Amino acid sequence: MVMLEQVVEHRLEGESFFDLCRRTWDRRVLVSQTAGARICRLSCSPRELPEIWQWLTRDLDFSFATLVVDEIADGRWSFSYLFYRESSPWVYLEFPLEAPHAVVPSVVGLHKGPAADWHEREVEDLFGVTFEAHPRLGEFILHEDWPEGANPMRRSFDARHPPVHRDPDPSWQPPTVVEAAGAFAMPIGPVFSDFAESAHFLLETVGEDVIRTIPRLFYKYRGVEKIAERQPVDRALLLAERFSGTSAFAHGLAFCQVVENISGVEVPPRARALRSLFAELERLRHHTAVVTGICNSTALAIATSQAALIEEELLRLTCEAAGHRYLFGLVRPGGLYRDLSVQMQERLEKALDGIAARLDQLHASLRYSSSFLDRLEEVGIISTERARSYGLVGPIARASGVPSDLRKLFPYAAYESVDFEVPTAEEGDGYARLRVFFFEAQQSVSTIQAILSALPPGAISTAGFTVRPGAALGAIEAPQGAAFHWLRIGDDGMVARYRITSPAFTNWHGFHLAAENFAFQDFPIILASFGVSNAECDR
Amino acid sequence: MANWVLQGLRTGIKTSTYPNRPDSSPGISPGRPSSAELGSRAEVEDLVQRCPTGAILAQNGGVAVEHGRCVHCMRCSQTNEGAAASWDQNYEWAADAPDIPAAVSRLNRTFGRSLHIRFVDAGACSACISEARQLNNPYYNMHRLGFFMTPTPRNADVLLVSGPMSDAMRLPLRKTYDAMPEPKRVLAIGACAISGGVFGPSFAAAGGVSEALPVDVVVPGCPPPPLAILHGLLVLVGRKPPAKLVSLPSDKVMGQS
Repeated sequence: MVMLEQVVEHRLEGESFFDLCRRTWDRRVLVSQTAGARICRLSCSPRELPEIWQWLTRDLDFSFATLVVDEIADGRWSFSYLFYRESSPWVYLEFPLEAPHAVVPSVVGLHKGPAADWHEREVEDLFGVTFEAHPRLGEFILHEDWPEGANPMRRSFDARHPPVHRDPDPSWQPPTVVEAAGAFAMPIGPVFSDFAESAHFLLETVGEDVIRTIPRLFYKYRGVEKIAERQPVDRALLLAERFSGTSAFAHGLAFCQVVENISGVEVPPRARALRSLFAELERLRHHTAVVTGICNSTALAIATSQAALIEEELLRLTCEAAGHRYLFGLVRPGGLYRDLSVQMQERLEKALDGIAARLDQLHASLRYSSSFLDRLEEVGIISTERARSYGLVGPIARASGVPSDLRKLFPYAAYESVDFEVPTAEEGDGYARLRVFFFEAQQSVSTIQAILSALPPGAISTAGFTVRPGAALGAIEAPQGAAFHWLRIGDDGMVARYRITSPAFTNWHGFHLAAENFAFQDFPIILASFGVSNAECDR
Repeated sequence: MANWVLQGLRTGIKTSTYPNRPDSSPGISPGRPSSAELGSRAEVEDLVQRCPTGAILAQNGGVAVEHGRCVHCMRCSQTNEGAAASWDQNYEWAADAPDIPAAVSRLNRTFGRSLHIRFVDAGACSACISEARQLNNPYYNMHRLGFFMTPTPRNADVLLVSGPMSDAMRLPLRKTYDAMPEPKRVLAIGACAISGGVFGPSFAAAGGVSEALPVDVVVPGCPPPPLAILHGLLVLVGRKPPAKLVSLPSDKVMGQS
């Protein structure tokens, strides 16, 4: 915190962030600025990574966004660690790496280091780069029957067919943590419940209570980042929209914003306003679906039905307004494919009034259902400190008292011109998450109403522009939280590298924090109160 | 508690009229492109060229649609981009899987009003799952038709599968199928489960569920709306006739039955 005050002081004295970086890392790190001073690049050697990481995350309170590994040529990589903070340039910490010395120091043990845990594990799995001193590497995205040494994100990997799998080792045991007399691990999944997404959980228990939960994900890994390579932008957009169908518009928008950023395209004001409108419509539907899931997990049948009715009506309303129930095929680089007619604007305004009132009523009824509250309160708690350390994002972080929201930090689309609140709660339990989902849904309604009341006229798309080569980052607030899409377009105009860091990936990493020391019957409730999509995480 | 009961009663009956009568509520289906005879050669070529997945084909001077490949990118419906495909607002999309005779794929009428379904997510984007989940909401309420979800494959008659079959789900899917008692049927929902969609075939996903399981009935769509999935279940038990998986220019546009 001392250093933080120092920075503010320096700024008052006229020292920019760049000057601070230059002065601090004189001669050890090359500091440069790009993108109109919005990005500060620190080029260093891998050895200096831990020290600079510590400086950024602990002393300056930067948040880690994502790790982008790009294979420039066979066996030659560029590593970029991306950081952000309120009213400050982005920091890109970069270094090159060459095989066969492909070893990078792990940052997992450092301040906010857990935020990079899964990034390092993913890179180890998919690129075959080792992270020194990481406590658990291997068998993460690729499961145990995947052959050793087949790293899908390497250029030399043939992405058309799966490699020949090895026979699972009969002595293979799932990794467990709890060591106590009578302790055993209860497996759940990957096929479980009625309509659950595929995932596997090991509940470690000594009897009645579950001590620890070990999720095993990536059953749905479809290699989206790999199969997007060498595709034209228009085709890669289909993947961006479809890897996570319940937040399709948000991710499609992030992808389009990157393409626009790289190609230097201005999006017309009307398209920007409509993008925010549809993004909020998606958030509203998403949050209603999470509320339905929470009600269902506590077996409160009438509340489930009431929430499900609202959810279905929102799907229908979305279909009427955008032509598709999940907003597929709407966003495009340069703007949108479809406009919103005057009749539809009126219809939306009226329908949303009714939906807001019913959500309010549902929330009020739930607040007075003690049997329901008993199941949610003090269940699945994530403390503020842990949420910060793991870099959790979105409604889950906000329910634990971390008020970060990319719509406020780096306003995109029309968020700069609309007024909205970012609701938070302090307790970090299931009930806090439910309240945040409800309040955010209400904020989405009022945001849509505000946009509708001042919808600018004009075109909905910038016609005919050529896609230029280059690389950029797109950061948006998806329904589940911060999503970072990093895209490099090659000289041939095709996608050369596409890196998606989804909020589900970030938040699933923190799921085990909420699933510690609880009674068996609370598991579905903790799961539902997270409301995190596996498709979005697994990609 | 009384408050909840009152709320439930006040809501009234919301259930769809389908399958007894067609449901034409707005927003229940995004519709889909359909085959057409009309159009100049240039228009046909334009449509074929704009379709990124090869679902729209030129045939006999018109356009044919291979519905199993259509991912609802909506490019062919954009009038400001060129010719627009003719659009079918229907939702009865379920069709017999290719090469499976209807006589084999149907469950007999014993199952007509008591059908137990096990769902498996084989790498779906979760839109399909969301649509399948809606079948339990009061609008669609599939229980009224005698269709039930079951948490165990041992009690299941139908395996409902979505997703292109990701590599890691191949084995769990197979094990689930093997655990089901005979007679059993497989219903594949969504473009991914039929053709691999935008994902497969690749190193991480197959080109559809039929690569590992004998699929009986398919429901195209990206995602198929709830009533289309319901239609698929009704087709499986012989309560509704199937639609075609490929519509040709010579076909009449299918009306709602």
